[in-house]
Amino acid sequence: MKIIVCIKQVPDTNEVKLDPKTGTLIRDGVPSIINHDDMNALEEALELKDRYGDVEITVLTMGPPQADVALREALAMGADRAILVSDRAFAGADTWATSNTLTAAINKIGDFDIIFCGRQAIDGDTAQVGPQIAEKLDLPQITYVQKMDISADVGTVQRALEDGYEIIEVKMPCVLTAIKELNTPRYASVKGIFDAYREKTVENWTAKDIEINPEIIGLNGSPTNVRKTFTPEPKGKGTLLTGCDRDTVCDLFGRLKEKHII
Amino acid sequence: MGVKILLEKCKGCKLCIKSCPFNAIEMKDGKAVLNDNCTGCGACETSCKFKAIEVEKVEKAVKDLSAYRGVWVFAEQRNGKLMGTAFELIGEGRKLADKLGVELSALLLGSEVASLADELVHHGADRVILAEHPELKLYTTDGYTKVITELVNSRKPEIILIGATNIGRDLGPRVAARLDTGLTADCTKLEIDDEQKILLQTRPAFGGNIMATIITPKHRPQMATVRPGVMKKLAVDSNRKGIVEKVEVTLEKKDIRTIVKEVVKSAKQTVNLIDADIIVSGGRGLGGPEGFKLIEKLAGELGGVVGSSRAAVDSGWISQDHQVGQTGKTVRPKIYVACGISGAIQHLAGMQSSDCIIAVNKNPDAPIFDVADYGIVGDLYKVIPMMVEEVRKVREA
Amino acid sequence: MNFSLTKEQEMVRTLLKEFGEKVVKPLAAEIDAAERFPRETVEKMARYDMMGIPFPKKYGGAGGDNLTYAIAVEELSKVCGTTGVILSAHTSLGAHPIYQYGTEAQKMKYLVPLAKGEKLGAFGLTEPNAGTDSSAQQTVAILDGDNYILDGSKVFITNGGEADIYVILAMTNKSKGNKGISAFIVEKDFKGFSIGKKEEKLGIRGSSTTELIFENCMVPKENLLGEVGKGFGIAMQTLDGGRIGIAAQALGIAEGALDECVKYMKERKQFGKPLSSFQGLQWMVADMATRIEAARFLVYNAADKKDQKLPFSTEAAMAKLYAAETAMEVTTKAVQIFGGYGYTRDYPVERMMRDAKITEIYEGTSQVQKMVIAAKVLK
Repeated sequence: MKIIVCIKQVPDTNEVKLDPKTGTLIRDGVPSIINHDDMNALEEALELKDRYGDVEITVLTMGPPQADVALREALAMGADRAILVSDRAFAGADTWATSNTLTAAINKIGDFDIIFCGRQAIDGDTAQVGPQIAEKLDLPQITYVQKMDISADVGTVQRALEDGYEIIEVKMPCVLTAIKELNTPRYASVKGIFDAYREKTVENWTAKDIEINPEIIGLNGSPTNVRKTFTPEPKGKGTLLTGCDRDTVCDLFGRLKEKHII
Repeated sequence: MGVKILLEKCKGCKLCIKSCPFNAIEMKDGKAVLNDNCTGCGACETSCKFKAIEVEKVEKAVKDLSAYRGVWVFAEQRNGKLMGTAFELIGEGRKLADKLGVELSALLLGSEVASLADELVHHGADRVILAEHPELKLYTTDGYTKVITELVNSRKPEIILIGATNIGRDLGPRVAARLDTGLTADCTKLEIDDEQKILLQTRPAFGGNIMATIITPKHRPQMATVRPGVMKKLAVDSNRKGIVEKVEVTLEKKDIRTIVKEVVKSAKQTVNLIDADIIVSGGRGLGGPEGFKLIEKLAGELGGVVGSSRAAVDSGWISQDHQVGQTGKTVRPKIYVACGISGAIQHLAGMQSSDCIIAVNKNPDAPIFDVADYGIVGDLYKVIPMMVEEVRKVREA
Repeated sequence: MNFSLTKEQEMVRTLLKEFGEKVVKPLAAEIDAAERFPRETVEKMARYDMMGIPFPKKYGGAGGDNLTYAIAVEELSKVCGTTGVILSAHTSLGAHPIYQYGTEAQKMKYLVPLAKGEKLGAFGLTEPNAGTDSSAQQTVAILDGDNYILDGSKVFITNGGEADIYVILAMTNKSKGNKGISAFIVEKDFKGFSIGKKEEKLGIRGSSTTELIFENCMVPKENLLGEVGKGFGIAMQTLDGGRIGIAAQALGIAEGALDECVKYMKERKQFGKPLSSFQGLQWMVADMATRIEAARFLVYNAADKKDQKLPFSTEAAMAKLYAAETAMEVTTKAVQIFGGYGYTRDYPVERMMRDAKITEIYEGTSQVQKMVIAAKVLK
């Protein structure tokens, strides 16, 4: 079985803070990680490999040169092949342009049974790239995968809904997007890390390598544009009640009653 | 294609640095200079008061967009019942349609769902486009995408809104990709630009640390998904009249490549945070899972629902369906009581639009107090029981 | 002079930091209070190839180097001194002598499971009457047919009772003094080998420190490690390497304490200001940070020299001496900065201070390190 896992290197948004003076994001010193949902996708592929043996896992990412580290981590966890699709021409891409780029790369890879993505990235939070790759490859898709089984070329997938789940059958090849309930990702192993840097390689592909129309990639090829960014309004100062005893609580409820809140 | 800073005009005021979403501008010898992070997005151009930034734009063949008119809203239904998001979208769509002076249509797909059409009109839709077919009974990506894109291609709406539910987030990107148009996810604010009459789509990014306003200037329809619970639905007007238009649906079993074998409702108590008017949430300050018993007590007395911060969920003290925040649910209840929650920005992203926020925390500097309307600094294990008593008194009064 | 780590080393550090925070830290207070050996942590470490970092892959190791191993011990010790020493004793004292001096057969039989973490290692040199004066060995090993018979006892053995494989020093020829000591590989199930008293300690209380008792203990003669009479040299060489591990542990403990201080000083307010705004405390922190930085370079330098197969004995002694004293000083200052709260178990600094003390004592006291350094300098 051949699985392609699409990953994204993202800043750890839990650690991102705003500079109170300039109102911009402080990105210095914020660690870069493999996006959480993508880790779940990769882990599922690795578990399939542990179970069935004859599974080849290719990890693919579109990103700047430093995304090499993310791919190495994936190799250290046990992926077989890693491809970094990187080119200045890809910069500023929205999800439509990104999925065009990844689709071209996947077409160049050629053979696959499953394309596994994370549901969404913690910086963009769109959850769009997975389904858009599926559309461009004309493949069936199942999103919000929280459990799955493979038998022959059929996947039986449990797809999360807000209040339950669906059991869906899909024939491969297909595109799946993973959520965190799917599994608990393993750590890379120390031996895996050394092998990732010493025995394994990361292939570097440019826009030319994937033979893609320059008009459908990068900022230029993006149907959506950022018009502006700003920091969210902090709410007006509230009231800090004094004390924390019975009187304070009575005071609070008095005020709530006054304002018809309760 | 690129951005150029005209050094002779640059006054070193640093306004452009603030506007750059990619941290691509730095100061060198008192002037602004671009670094390798620049993607050429041009957000800095409008920020410069001294016209010191130029963005070269490549002229692309512009599609004729004038043929696209009308605002559409995807009215999601499950098991023959309309989701709350359908009404919220109509409420928001109504505002946009009125500003543009166009028709607001609700897209209703399913099997034997015609009876739902009136509800949509009563909530504010001018027209209901009703597409019924046995294969549309349950949502499938292939079925719904085919029907919707065919309708869009023939009728050309300029705006489509879809609720960012698990289904909406599966459907939206697929439809947008098939239509080769832009989609902006999880919008929290939608407006029409006065001059260009285009949709301004505002949404959080970077875990909610910044807000971005996105536009789809050269493609149609402009598509946006909207978080449930964010937009307001309109008051129901049962006298409202509208057109219910049943359309032809060509769909065959072989068009759909997935088979839904079973639909299972979760065994756990459904936590309907989105619709709750009152939410009492617990966080790391509870110290352990037993703390949630106290939270449940207060929620019960107030007739509300139990919520949680991510920290408590990650610690395994409560299940994820209670999580409020950037990676949990966005809520805007009338009352939100935050107990032992510090108020990290990711949590605030999910609840700061609540009408009234009450916070109880040991730490007077906890950021939650910056957004709380009322704050009590103290041990929640002492304060919450007192609150439970007070609520009881108020109820019995 | 290149002071930067390779990308692999950086990634291993990130791995160990994450592992430390998520897996090790949550248990640290409990295993200290209960004096419980964290067996489940050791099993997880084995799964991620952490138990044989500096050994080649063909012997079951991770194919890494001593600097990476030192970083691993450092990161673990930041959150738990006990876990740091378990790894250090196992790797440097238990497994390394077999790697350095073992026959191919011994390596395949013992080093491979140790490096894979399937088995835990330990090292028995210290005796009730042979501490700093380690050559005063009284445990004897007498060749009898196909076996050596060991008689005697060892004391203060780290990982004692929990380990499966022990490298034991014993006298094979009393008349030859130092040159009459030999090394043996002893399995926990060998007849005549038993575990004696388990020590109740001031610090690293989750680490199992026990007496080892040998009564007519039969050790197959194939288990002689290295040559007869070369045991003392093996022991000294082994301790040289072990010092790097302990220096890394001390460094980690100091860093962990400083991290806790920094966090606390920003949160805690007195006189309406956070502690971090008081110059007296700022100067304390400056001293702590500078000493830690110096210790770090000494530790990494010693490990790097060992990796380059250069002499490293003096450097290791300097690293251990300085890092241990730094750990003691930094953790004591940390408790001071925390004030009353630091003296309670609510905060980890009191445990870090208790853990730090042993680094000035075991694997050669600070006084022994000074002997080693002075001997080299005054040569």
